[in-house]
Amino acid sequence: MQAQWPSLVAAAQHAHQAVQSKQPVKFEVFTSEQAREVEAIAARIIPTDELPGATEAGVVYFIDHALKTFASDTLALYQKGLPGMNDLTAEMFPGVVRFSAATPEQQDKILKALEEEGHGPKAPTRRASTMVTPDFLQTIWAHTIFGFLVDPEGGGNRDYAGWKVIGRDPAHSFLPPFGFYDKDYPGWQPAETEKK
Amino acid sequence: MSQGKVTYKTSDEVDFVIVGSGAAGGVLAKELSSNGFKVVVLEQGPYLTEADFTHDELKVMNRHLLTNDPRRQPTTFRKSPQDKAKTQQSVLYGRCVGGSSVHFTANFWRFHEIDFMERSKIGEIPGTGFADWPVRYADLEPYYTKVEWEIGVSGLAGASPFDPPRSKPYPMPPLPVKGSGVLFERASRKLGYHPYPAPMAILSQSRPGRSACVNCGFCLGFGCEVGAKSTSLSTVIRMAERTGKCEIRPNCYVHRIEVDKNGRATGAAYFDAQRNTHLQKAKAVILSANGAETPRLLLLSANNAFPHGLANSSGLVGKYLMPNSAALAYGVFDEPLNDYKGFAVSRIFQDFYEMDEKKVGFYGGGGLDARFDFTPINFAMGGLPPGTPRWGKDFKKALSQNFTRTMQIFCHGTSLAVETNSFSLDPDVKDAWGLPALRMTFRDHPNDLKMMEWMKDRAMEILDAAGAKTKWHQPVTEQQFAVHLLGTCRMGADAKTSVINADHRTHDVANLFLCDGSSLVTSGRGQPTMTIQALAYRAADRITALAKSGDLAG
Repeated sequence: MQAQWPSLVAAAQHAHQAVQSKQPVKFEVFTSEQAREVEAIAARIIPTDELPGATEAGVVYFIDHALKTFASDTLALYQKGLPGMNDLTAEMFPGVVRFSAATPEQQDKILKALEEEGHGPKAPTRRASTMVTPDFLQTIWAHTIFGFLVDPEGGGNRDYAGWKVIGRDPAHSFLPPFGFYDKDYPGWQPAETEKK
Repeated sequence: MSQGKVTYKTSDEVDFVIVGSGAAGGVLAKELSSNGFKVVVLEQGPYLTEADFTHDELKVMNRHLLTNDPRRQPTTFRKSPQDKAKTQQSVLYGRCVGGSSVHFTANFWRFHEIDFMERSKIGEIPGTGFADWPVRYADLEPYYTKVEWEIGVSGLAGASPFDPPRSKPYPMPPLPVKGSGVLFERASRKLGYHPYPAPMAILSQSRPGRSACVNCGFCLGFGCEVGAKSTSLSTVIRMAERTGKCEIRPNCYVHRIEVDKNGRATGAAYFDAQRNTHLQKAKAVILSANGAETPRLLLLSANNAFPHGLANSSGLVGKYLMPNSAALAYGVFDEPLNDYKGFAVSRIFQDFYEMDEKKVGFYGGGGLDARFDFTPINFAMGGLPPGTPRWGKDFKKALSQNFTRTMQIFCHGTSLAVETNSFSLDPDVKDAWGLPALRMTFRDHPNDLKMMEWMKDRAMEILDAAGAKTKWHQPVTEQQFAVHLLGTCRMGADAKTSVINADHRTHDVANLFLCDGSSLVTSGRGQPTMTIQALAYRAADRITALAKSGDLAG
């Protein structure tokens, strides 16, 4: 018997439908300008290629909602960090006024420069740029991963885009064999020479 | 035979108030209420059920759905008693009905004979409180068997040549093997070891009201949505409620055990969800609040008669913390394992349970398990080989290659009991209720680090023999974070060198009992929950006998 099981599947399906619905989305926290920059940064952290990236997973919507709710303590980082990214873009590439207007190659150079200065995932803080705090890049990096890979119940990973990339089947139950190595497993047998 | 849920008034003097509803508290609640006693269980966390559990990693892990919340309950850490502790999360424990059993891995190893009498066998280890237990494996064996059959444990009796004697087989067969288990089994056999199906407190066959495991893959860290994990919540708590004698009262944060002028416990004082204070009166008090919160509560309960904390005449309340030592190695393989499916562990071995110190140069031992316990976010943030780009197309490519092809080998082992390794009250930092925060003082005994270095090397050899194309390991470093909260109110015959006796009764307060990870004298080899539950079943028998003989009456 599968106690609770039908209701769980129903709940999961409901959550799934909610993230699939293509209602016009209004941002709760971001201005459209801020949303554009967040989306551009997230798209360099997890770019789109033959497989979906942060954009297709709806990461910007996840972050917007997070900043309204459970991650509201990081809103100030975004408010300071996003214009900082634009300033840095203009400094590195005169004439380009915001991060989202830079080419993907330029955007990667900006992120690389920040990373080399000690920004980014878990890197120690060294001569950090005054325009963009290490906290900001660390935070948007984490939030992008959250929004890309969280179960859609958690408000991200739209259409399971993130799980398509990592190869996680969205099903809620599985039967063995699970993969390549357990396919032809004959069952556990004692070793030929059991010794103590 | 359901008699409906019972509730008691705080002014009702119930037979027992139990603080904590986890591995030990749940068992005691079930046993004592089944024996006809009136029981109130006070749980600091909420009463969640299967319908509240979710695969939302952020809600469960980052927002602490099931565990202590470091924002409201800060902890501090220092390496030695000379240091000033800094605020950092140093412990993790379950904070909901069912306690840590709700989110645990469900590795369910019995201790062996040696764990209870190793001091006699190998002698003193200078600088430690290495000691024998006042009970032996034979005393606990019937209770180990009782745990397996009552809550439901999957496994294969006789599969390991190192297993201690058992009076009955497991009640159900092992869970299915995973890719990590097959690779581990083949490689470790090649190296001469004896791998076998991991005993797990997860159902391989359904039981009334509980599904067998459906291999959903959100296991370690999560609450089971189908009741397959044999937690206190899905088993003994429900049995306790069905007696009609036991009230499980959630959202009750106990901050003091009250004692009368004769030195007897009168009840537990707690904050309710609205932070109003209450005193639940009881004829006897049992603390099963875990190896961090049980000693903290005793220290918080200091009064004129007990200036150094309740039941602390030995000075050992909070001392001898043993978190188990651990090391972790990772391998990436050519083909998909899809090890995200299922539970964490399907194969283990215990060839290193008892090492010859003369040969290896360290005391102790442990066991190795093959697992994959990463959830997707977790994996992206910490599961890729060192040096992998952390953003951009190469990051994405690594995620898409490795998530399905990675496995881990987890080495678990002994911790030596060192007196300065401890929980105490922080003199400065307070929790959200204004109570002194929990302070952890800890530095691994050099022996334990040496052992983990050695085991880590064996794990790397196994990954090699298994054909991993990439492998790496976590550096073996001093621990600053404890999940196994063991040894902090140790059991013993001598009131000068222990906090409780073999009946779990405190030496100092006749109607105050402690039963949880704090009771352990040695750390075992890394999987303490089953022993905590066996101790709880035994303690319930002992406490019942004392109560029936009138020994608990004033």
